[in-house]
Amino acid sequence: MTTAQTDEVVKEPPAAATPSDERERERMRRRLARKRGGGWWPYVFLAPWFVGLFGLTIYPMLDSLYLSFTKFDLLTSPEWIGGDNYDRMFTDDPVFWDSVHATLLYVVVSVPLKLALALGVAILLNRPLRGIGLYRAAFYLPSLLGGAVAVAIVWRQVFGGDGLFNDVLGWFGITGQDWISSPDTALYTLVLLAVWQFGTPMVIFLAGLKQLPKDVYEAAAIDGASPVTRFFKITLPLLTPIVFFNVVLQIIDAFKTFTPAFVVSNGTGGPLNSTMLYSLYLYKKGFTDLQMGYASALAWVLFLVIAGFTAVNFVASRYWVHYDD
Amino acid sequence: MSATTPNASPLTKLRALTGPRRILIHTLLIGVAIVMLYPLLWMLSSSLKPDTEIFTHPGLIPNALNPANYSEGWSGSGNSFSLYITNSLIVSIGAVVGNVISCSLAAYAFARFEFRGKKIWFGVMLGTLMLPMQATLIPQYTIFYNLTWINTFMPLIVPKFLATDAFFIFLMVQFIRSIPRELDQAAMMDGANPLQIYWKIILPLMRPALITTTIFTFIWTYDDFLSQLVYLQQNARFTVPLGLTLFLDKTSGSSYGAMFAMSTLALLPTLICFLIFQKRLVEGLATSGMKG
Repeated sequence: MTTAQTDEVVKEPPAAATPSDERERERMRRRLARKRGGGWWPYVFLAPWFVGLFGLTIYPMLDSLYLSFTKFDLLTSPEWIGGDNYDRMFTDDPVFWDSVHATLLYVVVSVPLKLALALGVAILLNRPLRGIGLYRAAFYLPSLLGGAVAVAIVWRQVFGGDGLFNDVLGWFGITGQDWISSPDTALYTLVLLAVWQFGTPMVIFLAGLKQLPKDVYEAAAIDGASPVTRFFKITLPLLTPIVFFNVVLQIIDAFKTFTPAFVVSNGTGGPLNSTMLYSLYLYKKGFTDLQMGYASALAWVLFLVIAGFTAVNFVASRYWVHYDD
Repeated sequence: MSATTPNASPLTKLRALTGPRRILIHTLLIGVAIVMLYPLLWMLSSSLKPDTEIFTHPGLIPNALNPANYSEGWSGSGNSFSLYITNSLIVSIGAVVGNVISCSLAAYAFARFEFRGKKIWFGVMLGTLMLPMQATLIPQYTIFYNLTWINTFMPLIVPKFLATDAFFIFLMVQFIRSIPRELDQAAMMDGANPLQIYWKIILPLMRPALITTTIFTFIWTYDDFLSQLVYLQQNARFTVPLGLTLFLDKTSGSSYGAMFAMSTLALLPTLICFLIFQKRLVEGLATSGMKG
C-alpha cells in the first residue's frame, strides 16, 4: 500500500494549482488509497456471504462426505460403515445403474439437440427481421417456465395415451401410443421437454452473434463465400467461446434435472426406472427411504461426475475454443 | 434494427433479405413459434373445457366454456388454492429481499475493495456457481432439521439472506464495475463511509441489476420444486408447486379440467413477470451470459 501511495504522489503532475490546493489533494489521494484497501470494511460487506459459504456450503460438503461413509436415518446418530455405501452403489444396486443409464442418455441426447436448435434459431433471428421481439419472446417463454411443475404436468398429459401429441400424429394418419407409460419412450418425452426449453442458450448465442466483427463477413462476401462456408469458416469458429459456455452450463443443468422426472413419473421414476434421473433417485433414497448416508454417497458421486465433466470440458476446450485475445 | 441502408456495401447485399428468402425465414420462425406455444395454449384451452371434452375434442377452441374448472380446482385439493398462493408469495418475496440485500453487499465488496485473498474468495464464489444443490441438500437438511425449521419457510428464505445464489453476486459485480469509481471517490471526499456510499451511490445506480435479480429470484424461487418438496411437509405449508402435485395423486380421471385450470393459474405470476419485463429478462440474461 505504501508503495502505491508514493507512486501516486510521484505521478502527480506539477499542477498549476496553489500549494495549499496541492497539499489538500495529496491528502485526499492518500486517504483514498487507504480506503481502497478498506481495512475491515470489505469483511463487513462479505459477512453474510461468509456465513453462507461456511455454514451452508463448505461445512455441508464436508459433512456430506462424512455421512457418505455412514449409515444414517436422520433419527438416530450416524453409524460409521466405511466404504460400504460406495461398494453397494457400484456392485449391488441395479437401480443406481438404471439411474446412471437414464441420466447419461438424457444428457447426451438432450444437450446437443437443444444447443443445435438454439444456435439455428439464433442465426435465423440475427437479421433485421420484422417482429423479432415477438419471436424472441415466443422462443424464450418455455425456458422461463422451465422448472415449473405446471409445465411438467402439461407435458405428462401431452404425451399421454390420448394427449395432444397423439392427436397431432393422428392428422398424419399415424396411430400413437401412450408415450409416458412405455419404457422405451418415456425418457424421450423428458428429452423433448428439455429441447423445448432452448431459449436460454438461444439468447446467449444471439448476444454472441451480435458481437461478431462485421468486416470479416464483408471480406468473405467479397470473396464470394457461400452462407454455408461463412457459417463453418467464420461464424462457428468465432462463436466457440459462447458454444463452450453454453455446453458447460447445459451439461451441469441436465445432470441436475429433477422436477419433470418427478412429475411425469409421479415420483416413481418409472416405467421400469426409465425416467429415474439421478437427482430423483438421490431424493428417493434420502427423503423417501431415509437412507441419508447412502444418499450422501450418491450426492458426492454426482458432484464428482459434474466436476469431472466440467474439467474435461475445460481441458478439451483448448483444442476447439478460439479466443481472439 | 435498422432497415436496409441505401449505400450498397457488400454487407448490405449479404444482409438484405430478398422476398422469397424473407418469406421462407418468417415461415420457419412462425412454425417454430407455433410448436413452442402450442402446448401452453392447449393447457389454457383444456382448462376451459368440460372434462368429457378434453381428450375427445382436441381442437383449441372449446365447444362449451366450463369456467367451473377454476372454482373446482381452487377449492379442490385439500386446502384452498389461495393458501398455496399466499405461501408461495411469502417464500418468493422473502427470497427476493434476501438476495437483493445480501448479494449486493457481497458484490460491492468484491467490486470496490482490495483485501487479502480477494482473488481466492472471488474464485471460490464462482466455484459455488457450479455446485449442484443436490451435493449439499442432505447435510443442509440435517442442519435445518436440528434447528427444527422443517415444515417452516425458514430453510427456503434464510439461505437467501446469506448470499447463497452466487449467480446474482457475479451479475452485480459486473454491473458495479461499470459504475464510474469517481462517484464513490467524490462521496468519500465528502466524508461518506463505505456503508453510506453503498447505500446512497451504488444501490440506486445499480437498479437495473437489482431488478434483474428480483425478477429471476422471484420466478426461480416460485418454481423451485425440489427444496419445497423436501422442506415443506404439511399441507397447510404447501406452496403452489406442491399443491399442484396433489392433483397428480388422484387416480380418477375426473378432475383433469381442474388440474389444467390450476396449472394455468400457477403459471400466471411467471407469465405476468415475463410480459412486463420481457426485454429486460432477455437482455439481462444475454449480457450476463456474455461476461462468463
